[in-house]
Amino acid sequence: MAWARKLLRVDLTKGTCTSEPLNMDWAQRYLGQRGLATKYLTEEIDPKVDPLSPDNKLIMTTGPLTGTCASTAGRYSVVTKGALTGAIACSNSGGFFGNEMKNAGWDMIIFEGKSAKPVYLFVQDDKAELLDAGEHWGTSVWDTEENIKKKHQDPMIRVASIGVSGEKGVKFACVVNDMHRAAGRSGVGTVMGSKNLKAVAIRGTLGVKVKDIGAFMTATANGKAILAENAVTGQGLPTYGTQVLMNVINEVGALPTRNHRDVQFEGAGDISAEKMHEKRASDGKSNLITNGACFGCTIACGRISQIERTHYTVVDRPQYQKASGGLEYEAAWALGAATGVDDIDALTFANFICNEQGYDPITFGATVGAAMELFETGAITTKETGGIELKFGNTKALTELAEQTGRGEGFGAEIGLGSKRLCEKYGHPEMSMSVKGQEFPAYDSRGIQGMGLAYATSNRGACHLRGYTVASEILGIPEKTDPLATEGKAGLVKAFQDATAAFDSAGLCIFTSFAWTLEDVAPQLDSACEGEWSVEKLLEVGERIWNLERQFNLAAGFTGKDDNLPARLLKDAAKSGPAEGKVNGLGEMLPEYYQLRGWTTEGVPSNQTVERLGL
Amino acid sequence: MNTGKRLMQKSLHIDPGKCTGCLQCEMACSLDNEGAFNPAKSRIKVFDFHAEGRFVPYTCTQCAEAWCMKACPVDAISVDTLTGAKVVSDALCVGCKVCTIACPFGTINYNQTTGKVLKCDLCGGDPECAKACPTSAITFIDADWTGLERMRDWASKTDSGTRAEA
Amino acid sequence: MARYVIVGAGPAGVIAAETLRQQDADGEIVLLGGEPEPPYSRMAIPYYLTGGIEESGTHLRKAQDHYAKLGIEVRQAAVSKVDTGANSLVLADGSALPYDQLLLATGASPVRPPVPGLDLPGVHHCWTLEDARQIADLADPGASVVLMGAGFIGCIILESLLARDVKLTVVEMEDRMLPRMMDQTGGAMIKRWCEDKGTSVLTSTKVTEIKAADGGGLQVVLDSGEQVPAALVVVATGVKSNAELAQDGDIKVDQGIVVDNYLRTSVPNVYAAGDVAQAPDHSTGGWSVLAIQPTAADHGRVAALNMAGVETTYKGNLAMNVLDTAGLVSVSFGRWDGGDGCETAESVDAENFRYMRLVFDGDRVVGALCLGHTDHVGVLRGLIQGDVRLGDWKARLQADPCRIMEAYLGSTLS
Repeated sequence: MAWARKLLRVDLTKGTCTSEPLNMDWAQRYLGQRGLATKYLTEEIDPKVDPLSPDNKLIMTTGPLTGTCASTAGRYSVVTKGALTGAIACSNSGGFFGNEMKNAGWDMIIFEGKSAKPVYLFVQDDKAELLDAGEHWGTSVWDTEENIKKKHQDPMIRVASIGVSGEKGVKFACVVNDMHRAAGRSGVGTVMGSKNLKAVAIRGTLGVKVKDIGAFMTATANGKAILAENAVTGQGLPTYGTQVLMNVINEVGALPTRNHRDVQFEGAGDISAEKMHEKRASDGKSNLITNGACFGCTIACGRISQIERTHYTVVDRPQYQKASGGLEYEAAWALGAATGVDDIDALTFANFICNEQGYDPITFGATVGAAMELFETGAITTKETGGIELKFGNTKALTELAEQTGRGEGFGAEIGLGSKRLCEKYGHPEMSMSVKGQEFPAYDSRGIQGMGLAYATSNRGACHLRGYTVASEILGIPEKTDPLATEGKAGLVKAFQDATAAFDSAGLCIFTSFAWTLEDVAPQLDSACEGEWSVEKLLEVGERIWNLERQFNLAAGFTGKDDNLPARLLKDAAKSGPAEGKVNGLGEMLPEYYQLRGWTTEGVPSNQTVERLGL
Repeated sequence: MNTGKRLMQKSLHIDPGKCTGCLQCEMACSLDNEGAFNPAKSRIKVFDFHAEGRFVPYTCTQCAEAWCMKACPVDAISVDTLTGAKVVSDALCVGCKVCTIACPFGTINYNQTTGKVLKCDLCGGDPECAKACPTSAITFIDADWTGLERMRDWASKTDSGTRAEA
Repeated sequence: MARYVIVGAGPAGVIAAETLRQQDADGEIVLLGGEPEPPYSRMAIPYYLTGGIEESGTHLRKAQDHYAKLGIEVRQAAVSKVDTGANSLVLADGSALPYDQLLLATGASPVRPPVPGLDLPGVHHCWTLEDARQIADLADPGASVVLMGAGFIGCIILESLLARDVKLTVVEMEDRMLPRMMDQTGGAMIKRWCEDKGTSVLTSTKVTEIKAADGGGLQVVLDSGEQVPAALVVVATGVKSNAELAQDGDIKVDQGIVVDNYLRTSVPNVYAAGDVAQAPDHSTGGWSVLAIQPTAADHGRVAALNMAGVETTYKGNLAMNVLDTAGLVSVSFGRWDGGDGCETAESVDAENFRYMRLVFDGDRVVGALCLGHTDHVGVLRGLIQGDVRLGDWKARLQADPCRIMEAYLGSTLS
């Protein structure tokens, strides 16, 4: 019930697909998706493995609620050792692929080894086979998806694939499903590419059942009602998408701008949700066409956008004149504020390319921002950039590099290293705005203090989705805390981290947590899944998962010293806005955090903690 | 001969402009009909016009012509007099699929697993898809109000007998 | 009070009788059937043969008192003559049956190929319920069966024969299976599908003679000289309209009884419907006989409306077939074979027995073939018979012909 109780093991070296029963003892302890797949990964690979070697494994995984009518329950994650970070990577995606996998009767697909030639996995319910991907290798995500559906003569097939960037080893390649939904961060697509695995195509028709359908329908209906009545999930997100944050975060002085040199962007309004809604003078249309939902989602924050037909990026290029996945807040920030570019259609175009060629717009935009700083300080010149005047605010440089990175060509291949490797290469490691090799998302931790700790301790490198204290510090969810204070943030970060791990492992979207607490999730899980699922159990599962990920990273070679922020955030004060004069107070928060976690002062889970959590 | 007007029947009214493509309707439909969340077996389907940013839920309009019912060689499809829905009897359906090519709207489909055909039956008068839709893109309302011109031939027209075309 | 007489109790006749009753509460309706069964459906015979349904499952209407309740008089009677001058039928027993409005829905009969030995015991058509009973008797598990003809009816029977676990040999004189419903690509896939299931399929092969074998059973002689032993030979080499009744009188007959857009024959109060009617054809603009269930249903309905005085124009015959050949579903519509000035779009996945072919005339779909598809195939009828102008969608269908449902919605709901 809820779980399909089955996993598919695909040995790419041997070319075999075998079915295995899911370890249901582990499922009771790690729930599913992020937690359960991390358990499998840690049991099956050496944490020290080269992420791009055949010995790394890549797991596509659903949660127990995936494929049910619980709101947002269509998620899946890709779990592996990240190519960008070398840390545990778990990238979560919406769209419709997760449901398809569950409906085909699989909780999880574990890919191991490496195929001798490009292949894709084709799954029709319990039938799975590896097929030659020769004709798809070298094609974009968009073409791969269309062509696979066409080849198998079934428009209802769902596809998750990598683009050319993932084939070419761009370190932050994504796995993209349903044209514009991505398991985006940490280079999970790069790992997929290293295995010569181009795509996974699934058609599932078996159905998903739950333990107690009566109780489940009541619990999910209650959950949906809460989402509908909540101002963020019921109005803000459907109307404005995550982009609702652009002006808000700019106003609180936490919008990292031009590689974190500033905390406010004068062009924020021009790249905001409001701008996407605005009717253009030229054609009377707006950038935003409509909002769209992922599978089962009653929030529907997704943006569907269309670029003005006369915009320089799309003239004579009809494939980009169509509607497709539009800007989310993090992408708009990275492509815009981080680079100083304020042309909404150029950002939309770059975002299209990120989707089309499958790479992470956050790391991409942030890396372009870092490269712009390298350029402006003279560390690189037009010789390195292939003639591109890589100055902050250069719109055409951004879109040109988006295309080059998508193809893994020219200076785009160097952008494809990510900011850490790029800045090291050119002698300025301090210019990489990253933690554990992964770039920050769109919140400056000088203006939102808790996020500094959340970034520093995030198990997959800098990330807003591992402990989104923005909710509390800015939006007052579940209660308002002072964004400029460090006090109490250790506890706040831990609580968010543990709860998030539980949400991520259930098959739900973390955006539900704007309105839901685990009190709302527990009855949905409890009525769907075998076993008893209380809030207490979910918190324990969340904490267990967090510690398991931590253990993986420690075994991979990370230490407490990696729980750190770039000097810029710790030493260079914010220049404007409410946080003017502030740096991040990580040092004030980290020891308390370790203590609350039951870790040693070096950041290692104590024996007592390990024992308490049964790790 | 009609002895008088029947009570106003209700019809599914679909407003694609409100649809977000979440597929809650497909899940509700399949749960009611198949006992599981199984969009592949849903009688209502949402088509995603990605390039236009449009989602279109689509199902049987219970058309007056009742192409499926008239083409059925074994009388396995009948009108539910309460709702006006054309309903498939699994006991009588032999799986010949003639209805699936007779219906010009493509809304009655063969299920290879069961060897029978599937179509919308309005859930006996309380359609699950409409109840599950979070944006009111699908509503179940008095037939007179279902104005989508192209999705024509709604149940109310059966009252007047037939239409002068075929 | 009008008297309506319908000759033929197949789908066209039954639907006509019911439609007449809807339109005319008081008229007298007589439905004449030639077989000693309640009105039944030939389409359902294969399912009876597989044991999936009882005989009663083939009946067109299930309630025993269905016709009585509607005031439709069902009689088993053979008709010897139509006297259009006297507005009267002459029945086999010599009695007269006058009418005000007459519908000829006499159906079709299997063609008897000129092959010696067709009268031998163990050789059967598969057309009537009585035929089916005989076949069911002989088609035991392991029995050698030869099926003559791999057309639509042959292939429908094929499935039920395989389901009975016989050792089957199919002999088709044309170069492929389903020559009138599938092109080479599709026909070859169906052949391979059948062969994979252990059926021997001989195309471009004729049966020259059927002989009684020494020691019982039959010997089927092929034009290759080969002889195939058989306990049962099923003959399914096509059907032709039962238009004899009309031929005596002044009713115009060609391949079938020729009717106009109102299903009216050349005699104003005589109509024809179903397998016997040669009706205007939507695809060609000419006239055609289409011996298929949906056409019979449409004819019966439209003819009855006109007979009752509700002037109704028939949209024209559209060839359409759906067939399940031992689990492989194939569908054909309209001008699937193309023709002058037509463009085509194809998608072939031979390995997985999936095929989609669309034929365009300008920006309209005019014909289609599909194999291995069951979802939304009816919309092909909507596209073709609705003369839907595809606009931009033509190019998209050319890129991926499986997007028929989206093309229909995109073209009609805009």
